[in-house]
Amino acid sequence: MGDNTSAAEYWKANIRLVIGCLVVWLFVSYGCGILFADALNGIRLGGYKLGFWFAQQGSIYTFVGLIFFYAIRMNKLDRKFNVDEK
Amino acid sequence: MSILDWTYIMVGVTFTLYISIAWISMVKTTKGFYVAGGGVGPLANGMATAADWMSAASFISMAGLISFMGYTGSIYLLGWTGGYVLLALLLAPYLRKFGKFTVPDFVGDRYYSNTARFIALVCAIFVSFTYVAGQMRGVGIVFSRFLEVDVNTGVLIGMALVFLYAALGGMKGITYTQVAQYTVLIIAYLVPAVAISLKITGTPVPQLGFGGAIAEGADSGKYLLDILNQLNIDLGFAEYTKAYPEGGKSMLDVFCITMALMVGTAGLPHVIVRFYTVPNVRGARLSAGYALLFIAFLYTTAPAIASFSRYNMINTISNVPYNQAPSWFKNWEKTGLIAWVDKNHNGFINYRPGNAFSGKPEFTGETGSYGQLIVANTLSDTENELYIDRDIMVLANPEIAQLPNWVIALVAAGGLAAALSTASGLLLVISSSISHDLYYRLINRNASEKQRLLLGRIMIGVAVCIAGYFGINPPGFVAQVVAFAFGLAASSFFPVLVLGIFSKRTNREGAICGMTAGILFTIFYIVNIKFFGGTAWLLGISAEGIGTVGMLINLFVTVSVSRLTAPPPPEVQEMVEIIRYPRGAGAR
Repeated sequence: MGDNTSAAEYWKANIRLVIGCLVVWLFVSYGCGILFADALNGIRLGGYKLGFWFAQQGSIYTFVGLIFFYAIRMNKLDRKFNVDEK
Repeated sequence: MSILDWTYIMVGVTFTLYISIAWISMVKTTKGFYVAGGGVGPLANGMATAADWMSAASFISMAGLISFMGYTGSIYLLGWTGGYVLLALLLAPYLRKFGKFTVPDFVGDRYYSNTARFIALVCAIFVSFTYVAGQMRGVGIVFSRFLEVDVNTGVLIGMALVFLYAALGGMKGITYTQVAQYTVLIIAYLVPAVAISLKITGTPVPQLGFGGAIAEGADSGKYLLDILNQLNIDLGFAEYTKAYPEGGKSMLDVFCITMALMVGTAGLPHVIVRFYTVPNVRGARLSAGYALLFIAFLYTTAPAIASFSRYNMINTISNVPYNQAPSWFKNWEKTGLIAWVDKNHNGFINYRPGNAFSGKPEFTGETGSYGQLIVANTLSDTENELYIDRDIMVLANPEIAQLPNWVIALVAAGGLAAALSTASGLLLVISSSISHDLYYRLINRNASEKQRLLLGRIMIGVAVCIAGYFGINPPGFVAQVVAFAFGLAASSFFPVLVLGIFSKRTNREGAICGMTAGILFTIFYIVNIKFFGGTAWLLGISAEGIGTVGMLINLFVTVSVSRLTAPPPPEVQEMVEIIRYPRGAGAR
C-alpha cells in the first residue's frame, strides 16, 4: 500500500459502494417484494402481478446482478488504489 | 426398462462418479483437508457452494411448500438467496484475506479470546448437526421411495458413501464431488420443469411460462397465474398471488422471517467456509456471484414448478370422481403421501382449505367402496377430503406430466445429490471444528500435521455415525430445530463477523456479551414456542423469524459494551486493517 491517505480513500470508496448495493438489495426485496407488494400487485408485467414478480423472480435476478456488479467494481478499485493481489 | 431399473442405473453411475472423484483428489495436508489448499477456482467453487447450500429440503420440499403457500412462499425464495449478497459484500472477501480455516478461527483471533472461540465453536457444531440429521433422513427417504429399500438401509448406504469421500479427500474431495453433484441435481430439477412448462404454456423456459398464458384446453390464451387465482378462489382458498391474505402471515412476520433466513444464510459456517477455498480475494468476490447464479437457476424455477403443479393438481383431481383419478394419484396413495376420505359420500375428491384429518394418514389396511385406502385418523370438520404431502409436488411431477421413466430415475439421483452434497459440507465443518478449533487451538497446540489430519478423518467418521443415528431415529423435533439453525446462525455469528471487519473499535467484551445475549434471547423465544406451546408474544413474530430480533440485540449489545470498555489491543486493530486490503500482508 502506498500511503495512509490513499488507503483511507480506498476504504471509503469501498464503503460507499457497499452501501449503494445494500440500498438496492433492501429496496427490491424488502421494498418491492414485501412492503409495497400489495400496492405493486395492481401493476402487471405480462401474466405476473408486479409485487408477486419481485418477491418470486425479480429480487433473485437483482441479487445475482448486484454481486457481479460489486465484484467487478471492487476489482477495478483494487487496481486503481494499487492494493490488488499481485 | 422399468423405473426401478433406470433408478439403479442412474444412482449407480452417479455414485461411481462421486467416489472416483474423491479417490483422485485424495489429500495429505491439513490445509488440503480443511480448505482444499485454497486452490479452487471461483467458477468451480461457486458450483460447489451451490450444491453445498441446496439441500434435500430445497430440492424436494421447497417447490411444494410454495405451491401451497402462494405469495407467502417468497420467504424461502428471498430468504435463501438474499443472504449471498450480504456474504459477498460484507464477509467473503475479508474472511478470505484473513486466510485461516474456520469461522471460530476468525472469531477467536479477532476477539483475542478463547472464550469467544469456544462460543463460536459450540454454535458451529450445534447448527451443523441440526442440519445434517435432516440430510441423512432425506437420503433414506429417497432410497426407500425410489429403490424400494428400507429407509434405514438407505441411511446406512448414504453414510458409507459420504464417509468414504469426505474422509479420503477432505475439503478437496468434497469440493470436486459437489461440482459433479451440482450438475446432476440441476439437470434433474430442470428437465421435468422444462417439460411441464412446455406442456402447460408452450414455452420451454419455466421462468417465462410462469408469467405466460396457458397453451391449450378451456383456459387457453389466459394467463396461468390469473387462472390459478381463480381456481384458488373457487375452492375457497386465498388468491395465489395475493400478499398477506387473511389468516396468513402478517407483513411484519414475513419481513422478519425473510431477514432471519438471509442473515442466517450469511452466518452458516458451512457456507462461509467455502470462501476460504478460493485462491484470492478477487476469487472470493466472484465466487459468491457464481454461487448465487447457480443457486438462482433452481430458485427461480422452483416457484414456476410450484404454480404449474398446483394448476395440474387442481385440474386433474379436484372434483373428479375417485375411480377416474389419474394413476399417479393411486401410486402415491400407497406410499401414504396422498389420502382421500369421502366425507360426503359422493365419490368425488373434494379439495378445500383446511386439513382433511389430523396428522399423517394411518391406513387401516381396508379399502372403501371406491377402492380408496381407509384411514384411521380422526376426521376434521372441514369440507376438505384430501390429504396431500407437499413433497409430492416435486417427486410426482414427472409422473403427473407423463414423462418417460428415465426422468423419474433422474429426479431420484438429483435428490440424492442434493442431500449428499449438503451432508458432506456439514460433516467437514463438524470435523474441522473439533480437530482444528477444539483440539489443536484449545487443547494441544503442539499437535503435528499428521496427528491433526488423522483426527480430522476420525472426527468425520464419528460425525457420520451421529448424523446416521439421528437419520435412523429421527428425533421428533427435527422439523422444529431448523428454526434453531437459522435463528442461531443469525443471532450469533453474523453481527460479530461484520462488526469485526467494519468496526475496529469492537472488542472482546462486546463480542462475548453480544453473542451471549443474542443466542440466549433467540433460544428462549424458540424453545418457549416450539417445546412449551407458548405464544409468539413479541408482536406475533414466529419462531422462524425471531433470529432477526436476536441479531439486532446482539448488534446493539456488542456495540454498546465495546464503547464502554477498553479498545482492542493495537495488534488486533492492525490485523483488521490488513484484512481490509486485498494485497498480501508481505507487500505492506
